[in-house]
Amino acid sequence: MGAVAVDEQGLRVALPRGTRLETGWLVGGIAAALGAVVLGLWLGPVSIPPGRVMLELLDRLPVIDIDSGLSVSDRAIVWDLRAPRVVLGLLVGGLLAGSGAAYQGVFRNPLADPYLLGIAAGAGLGATLAIVSGVGDGIGVVDPVPLAAFVGALVAVAAAGMLGTRRGRSGTASTLILAGVAVASFLTAVQTYVQQRHAESLRQVYSWLLGRLSTSGWGEVGLLAPYAVACVVVLTLSVGALDVLAVGDDEAASLGMRPRRVRLVVLGAASLGAAAAVAVSGLIGFVGLIVPHVVRRLTGVSHRQVIPLSFLFGGAFLVLTDIAARTVQAPAELPIGVITAFIGAPFFLLILRRGSEA
Amino acid sequence: MLRARKLVPVIVAIAMLGAACGDDAPETTPQTTSSATVPSEVPSTEPTQTTETVETADVPQRIVSLSPSATEMLFAIGAGDQVLAVDAFSYFPPEAPVTELSGFQPNVEAIVGYDPDLVVLSDDIDDVVSGLQAAGITTMLMNAPVDIPGTYAQIEQLGEATGHTAEATDLVEQMQTTIDRLIASIPERETPLTYYHELDDQLYSVTSKTFIGEIYALAGLTNVADAADPDGAAGGYPQLSAEYLVDADPDLIFLADTVCCAQSAASLAARPGFDQLSAVKAGNVIELDDDIASRWGPRIVDFLETVVAATNAASAADTGTS
Repeated sequence: MGAVAVDEQGLRVALPRGTRLETGWLVGGIAAALGAVVLGLWLGPVSIPPGRVMLELLDRLPVIDIDSGLSVSDRAIVWDLRAPRVVLGLLVGGLLAGSGAAYQGVFRNPLADPYLLGIAAGAGLGATLAIVSGVGDGIGVVDPVPLAAFVGALVAVAAAGMLGTRRGRSGTASTLILAGVAVASFLTAVQTYVQQRHAESLRQVYSWLLGRLSTSGWGEVGLLAPYAVACVVVLTLSVGALDVLAVGDDEAASLGMRPRRVRLVVLGAASLGAAAAVAVSGLIGFVGLIVPHVVRRLTGVSHRQVIPLSFLFGGAFLVLTDIAARTVQAPAELPIGVITAFIGAPFFLLILRRGSEA
Repeated sequence: MLRARKLVPVIVAIAMLGAACGDDAPETTPQTTSSATVPSEVPSTEPTQTTETVETADVPQRIVSLSPSATEMLFAIGAGDQVLAVDAFSYFPPEAPVTELSGFQPNVEAIVGYDPDLVVLSDDIDDVVSGLQAAGITTMLMNAPVDIPGTYAQIEQLGEATGHTAEATDLVEQMQTTIDRLIASIPERETPLTYYHELDDQLYSVTSKTFIGEIYALAGLTNVADAADPDGAAGGYPQLSAEYLVDADPDLIFLADTVCCAQSAASLAARPGFDQLSAVKAGNVIELDDDIASRWGPRIVDFLETVVAATNAASAADTGTS
């Protein structure tokens, strides 16, 4: 691709390399995601021969009927414990990284991540309230904690959005960020207060805050899937608009675009996806911040590349880190947030240094 | 992004030790009424001899206990009528004078407001001990013991401090006798039964190095969680991986999260993959009282009794079928 692209209005816009999703990278991203899924099914604290896991996978395909030789409990481990966890990791990682890329694009700020507008604090408060009040304990139809976290996250983002934009004027990105910081601090204060008042639930609250890919089966995957689809579709359709927005609000407006509306749609979709991801997995840090940067370093700054590849590589990254969380101290578990930062930070620095030398 | 990640092991450990948590209560008003408003009662679990309190000038009459385990001990040795106030989690025995005081976030002013002559605590959080000593108040810091003799020692110390030495000695002897009888009732086995003790639904457990683990060891059980924290780096409270648990397939499962997390044998069986567990199939999932299974007071005898009964039942069923 050349250094100049032509946008929808036929205007020539200067853009760096990678203005279109290159097939090589797309194939690479899909391969990484699939590879991570297969590894996730193979590896765990209980060693199950990979060959048998493959046979077991083939056996699940229609028509094919093979005896994989797995015991009943090994089969339960592969299908009831590993499979939902791997799929959940793929969805959560993809959503966090994809919405992180969108946030960074909208705010033109390298420090933006999906938690910028208070999603983490809102979800934390919602989950804490659900845990300490014990609503739905033992009923088991719908787990109230993810639901409360989801609502809390959306309320926080909506509050930040309304406080950060003024009617009749195009609120700047920085007022929105500052509103998000204020909302997040306020909600965190409330959350901490509620938590301290209910010390008996401290362990449960902390366990939620630390983030984990839950072991409660396919339920979480089902909860997350519709939001994941909506988020992926909207963000993938918005990549062109994000590229135009990247040149600045005034310039984008002079090209006939309405920056405020684009921001609203993109932030809405990204927040919905991130809120759903946080609701089922707790606060897994780092993925939404770093994966988009790594993708950008490797493939170029166009959102046509960064958004779809962030979904794929983010999913793969979280599945791989979850394998580490399950196996490094096996048979004990490690909080996945620790691993994402421990592996991600040095890797990111490496990419950063290589990028600046080039 | 998130605060206090480093603090988590500490917090988990504190929360698991269970008892010493509570609410901050700066609004508590000082009480100036006389002590001993609660009539002396002999706790039902441990019938001691009639309370003949030695009324000397040295014996504290205005005790504040911020440790639920210590509260249970005080009442069991007949010192209940000397107890003026206890923390929010010291709700056993029922006649304990529960207040909003907290052992987890102790407020020195609120404690001093009761004008106590002895304060018993399980943890020195936020330098509360030196704060109380600065106010001229005698304190007894009784950390969670590492073994059952540690519990006996604390009971005897409390007996000495409150003028109930004889009752304390009797209580310890009774506990020892009951524990010996329970252990003697366990039949010999070639291979020991295995168990998993659940602290919450995120699969946090205890190893044999903990006080709780020692109780199970007395019943001759082997802990499947030991492999998860062999060097004690997790403080004896590791978080198990679900697939490891399914693979280890313990003979007995003890749920100490029936109150905190509303878990039950039914909810355990409903977890993905857990329907395969032998303990679930054989009905060897035991629902414990969270409090009894996390305090180190006189009720450890009740805890051991539950464990031994479950072990003997499982053992009998096992030999009956194989």
